[in-house]
Amino acid sequence: MSEFLLELRNIVKEFSGVKALNGVTLTVKPGEVVSLCGENGSGKSTLMKVVSGVWPHGSYSGEIIFDGRHLEAKGIRDSEAVGIAIIHQELALVKEMTVLENIFLGNEITHWGRLNTEAMFKRTQELLKRVQLDINPDTPLKELGVGQQQLVEIAKALNKNARLLILDEPTSSLTEREIELLLEIVRQLRREGISCVYISHKLNEVLALSDRVTVIRDGELIGTCDADSLTQNDIIQMMVGRELDQLFPREAHPIGDVILEVNRAYACKPGASRPQVDDISFNLRKGEILGIAGLVGSGRTELMQCLFGCYEGESRVDITLHGRKLNITNSREALGAGIAMVPEDRKRHGIVPIMSVGRNMTLSKLDFYSRWVSGVNEQAEYVDVLDYIRRLTVKTASTELAIKNLSGGNQQKVILAKLLMTEPEVLILDEPTRGIDVGAKYEIYKLMYELVNQGMSIIMVSSELPEVLGISDRVLVMHEGRLKGEFDHRGLTQEMIMDCAIAEEIRSHD
Amino acid sequence: MIKTLMGAVAPLSRDRSPGQGTGPVVSMLKRLTTAQMQMLVMVAALLIIAVFFTLATDGSFISSRNVSNLIRQTAIVGILAIGMVFVIISAEIDLSVGSMMGLLGGIAAIMDVWYGVPLPLTILITLASGLLLGLFNGWWVAYQKVPSFIVTLAGMLAFRGALVGLTDGSTVAPTSGALSSIGQSYLPGGWGWSFGILVGAGLLLSVMKKRGSQRLHDLKPAPVAFDYGKAGVTVLALLGLLWVLEEYRGLPTPVLIMAALILVMTLVSRRTAFGRRIYAIGGNLEAARMSGVNVEMNKMLVFGLNGLIVAIAALILTSRLGAGSPSAGNMAELDAIAACVIGGTSLAGGIGSVFGAIMGALIMASLDNGMSMLDVPTFWQMIVKGGILLLAVWMDAKTRK
Repeated sequence: MSEFLLELRNIVKEFSGVKALNGVTLTVKPGEVVSLCGENGSGKSTLMKVVSGVWPHGSYSGEIIFDGRHLEAKGIRDSEAVGIAIIHQELALVKEMTVLENIFLGNEITHWGRLNTEAMFKRTQELLKRVQLDINPDTPLKELGVGQQQLVEIAKALNKNARLLILDEPTSSLTEREIELLLEIVRQLRREGISCVYISHKLNEVLALSDRVTVIRDGELIGTCDADSLTQNDIIQMMVGRELDQLFPREAHPIGDVILEVNRAYACKPGASRPQVDDISFNLRKGEILGIAGLVGSGRTELMQCLFGCYEGESRVDITLHGRKLNITNSREALGAGIAMVPEDRKRHGIVPIMSVGRNMTLSKLDFYSRWVSGVNEQAEYVDVLDYIRRLTVKTASTELAIKNLSGGNQQKVILAKLLMTEPEVLILDEPTRGIDVGAKYEIYKLMYELVNQGMSIIMVSSELPEVLGISDRVLVMHEGRLKGEFDHRGLTQEMIMDCAIAEEIRSHD
Repeated sequence: MIKTLMGAVAPLSRDRSPGQGTGPVVSMLKRLTTAQMQMLVMVAALLIIAVFFTLATDGSFISSRNVSNLIRQTAIVGILAIGMVFVIISAEIDLSVGSMMGLLGGIAAIMDVWYGVPLPLTILITLASGLLLGLFNGWWVAYQKVPSFIVTLAGMLAFRGALVGLTDGSTVAPTSGALSSIGQSYLPGGWGWSFGILVGAGLLLSVMKKRGSQRLHDLKPAPVAFDYGKAGVTVLALLGLLWVLEEYRGLPTPVLIMAALILVMTLVSRRTAFGRRIYAIGGNLEAARMSGVNVEMNKMLVFGLNGLIVAIAALILTSRLGAGSPSAGNMAELDAIAACVIGGTSLAGGIGSVFGAIMGALIMASLDNGMSMLDVPTFWQMIVKGGILLLAVWMDAKTRK
């Protein structure tokens, strides 16, 4: 019998040729809390999906040993059966059902098919006591706060006799008091012998809670250390410490006068307690690449949605382009005013999957080809499509191929082409290289410099710090909906950005 | 006819020469897109059904009289399916079509029978009412965000109720000779033939124009045999059908109207920005919105267009029945939806074609007609039609993966 409850050996997971995980090893002892740290996109979530069976055995290489036995899960149910429970950032609870119904969902105690409500009620009371939640099991879930819902989720995991809890960013939407309570409960569970993998950006929590800390970067294991021997700066160093190599083809380009001014941007979801974008002002110069950094959830995407008129919720912003005030209420008006955006979520907001490459590309410019009587001039359209396919080196067998058949990088190029066809002055790129292989990334960077050299201005939101540093002329850092810092790219380091992006926690807890 | 329109933006792969050593038929098949293949499969299915019933009825199924009746019977469901296919492509549904057709037909009959309104005015008012009812549905769906299933279910009840109220539950008859002629008349031989030749010539001309334009833009057109072969086959099929119709009484007016709608609406779906946007909205509403498409306006227009087309069907129905009846068009929406779905339209949106919907309507009508000729009991006819609907969607789901 090994000393470990969970042992991951040499996990490699590829997505169409890109290695999301490259030989990661992770161990958890019984009754131990191990924190997993890494930048956005470093492979943390992928690793946990491998452990929890979201990616079935065979879709990755390497071994998972749980409790001395090889775990070859075909799905989430298999890993749950041995005692692994994952609690996601987005809670997997049914808001319309009660606490009791949620805890026993898919796991109901029945007697000849009839629900045994009494037994479930009693068990729920016990479980709620363990997570220190003093509520009636018949309370509808939607009446609980996010923190309490999180605890219900933990109770649900305990009900399945979980021996290993995976908590993925559990505190990102909790208040200070709720966080304290959650940490206390995790400590209590540890005393009961339940192990925990804790994923968080909040390094103070990581250090306060864990026995050991494992850091991964770009899908590779950087190291595992005892938490006692680490400082927050050590962890940041391990998370970002990498040389900027030839990945980024930085080119000198002329930067002109301010063309875009954004003042007092504000965005809030209905019913939310704090706005997602809170009073942000900045400007953009002609031919400039402005990078926007910050953690996931810091409001970067929402800020861009305000500019492009597609924020779903209440938003206000004063936009001045070339000294002319703009009133943008939808994407059509934004495009008309010369502001284009490549959205973050390519599948949801970018492509029309079953339409052809060519038709996706001309979707924003159809009126240009359209005449009242003769309809769309398909030949003129086809010539332009071929031109952009050549310019952006889109690899496709045919313009008629459905876009869903292309690789992520080529889909991204088609979306870029679609927006470039509208000849914008300001191009917003939200995570332009997410899930794209290195070669295509390089081509997109090259294109960005080509565009700014032609006088276009670019705003780039990115979670990848090397990209932000390697491409931008100027960097804004956001934190919890507010602007936390503005830097020139010269002399800027990843540590400086990271420090700014998570500064709040460090300052308030040191 | 449709196939050539669909190929207007030629795939890049067409620049390459077709596979060597293969026969012309094989290389021609290789040039077809999946959508075009689907059309071929549908034509084949229709042919199989036709051959089966021809054998089973000792040839009376393809007698010119029966073919003429069959196509005439298809006209109303076919026209409804043309409007419905746009709605379904935009990922919505319209359940109010049957009741709306009944109501509009009732309005036409009341104007004609009770008030003796002249025919042109009757037609105009009926079409305008259809457009308004459709836009009304569309406004609720697009701007008020009520699911189209509910909006049009409400319409299905309310429009039927309005019809019964207006007609006092009784049949409004008989319609004037002028109104009756829309649904019951046949065009004399000369007209039918000139229409057919005009369409054929127009098709060949558009192929020529396309090839000329491709050369002008330095694009390599597909081989001559492919482009003109496709057009030729289509023209021959069209003329053959006309010949059969002429053998009986000539081209029925409703069929002429349906043919004109097929032509116009195919062009709308394939060659206009509006048509393109409908496919984009059905394929991914969010992406269409982010691309600057006015999603709400286009959705409302789709329902308006559908209402207009329903009004055309309503005029034919009233004219054919010679009366406005409180039960007219009952359940017609289901026939129209079934025709679209059998014709390869995806209820998830983004996929479908006018030609497919018409083929679907033809397949359904052929089954109806053939089984009636064989004296198959009505209950069996319903079971078979249900089975065919299920089978068609199942095959579609299987082959799409």
